[in-house]
Amino acid sequence: MTTTSGPLATRRLILQGAASVALLGLGNLPFAPAHAAANDKYPEEAFKQKNEADAIKALYGRNAEPSDKVKLDAPEIAENGGVVPVSVTTTLDKVSSISFFVSENPFALAASYKIAEGTIPGVANRLKMAKTTKLVAIVEADGKLYSATKEVKVTVGGCGG
Amino acid sequence: MASSIRVRATSNGDITEVQALIQHPMDTGLVKNPAGELIPAHYIQQLKFEWNGKDVFVADWGTAVSKDPYVKFSFKGASKGDDLKISWTDNKGASDTTTAKIA
Repeated sequence: MTTTSGPLATRRLILQGAASVALLGLGNLPFAPAHAAANDKYPEEAFKQKNEADAIKALYGRNAEPSDKVKLDAPEIAENGGVVPVSVTTTLDKVSSISFFVSENPFALAASYKIAEGTIPGVANRLKMAKTTKLVAIVEADGKLYSATKEVKVTVGGCGG
Repeated sequence: MASSIRVRATSNGDITEVQALIQHPMDTGLVKNPAGELIPAHYIQQLKFEWNGKDVFVADWGTAVSKDPYVKFSFKGASKGDDLKISWTDNKGASDTTTAKIA
């Protein structure tokens, strides 16, 4: 359960150190938390959060509203929780990121994609799911967050038939 | 050693569709081996697709991405024959890079 890797801990310390230096440097500027989704850094903290709400907070710093413009595609029943094909498409404009959260996993955030201008807002990938779970996709568009949710039943150890 | 990255990038003139398949164990750090020892976490953290000097698509991954990850996306602007550079780094500091020609 615990990440006991030494280099990771060191890296976290360095990152924290860098963050405080950055804050000091900002002086009296209004406090604006630099959320991971806004820059190029790997969002280490967000990936460490166990539940979905904390992970969303760590990644984006705010909440998403459900939207029917986010189309989340995943199987209703996944026979193999190790490989579940999941994809998102959206008709929203100015999309800058798309993220996937698997609520029942040990760590909720599964993947987060940065979408550049000119890149079609959509992605397909394959995720692991520990058990039957809620799956949440969040699309960041024009600075706002939109979500779609789906329940995926995972048949552990099942091979269909 | 052969590249860990397999890419297919095809252009229909306007839109380039990219599919990538990477060989990587994507170990979560939560699973034990047959001897009962925990297999340490080993997973890709970042995967970048660069075209024309610009990151068109960046994936940040956790341990919940399946073994031998697959990803598909599309982007505009590229032409047939252009280079698409793909690179990943994992949590142990390993990395791999390849360049694919858009077909």
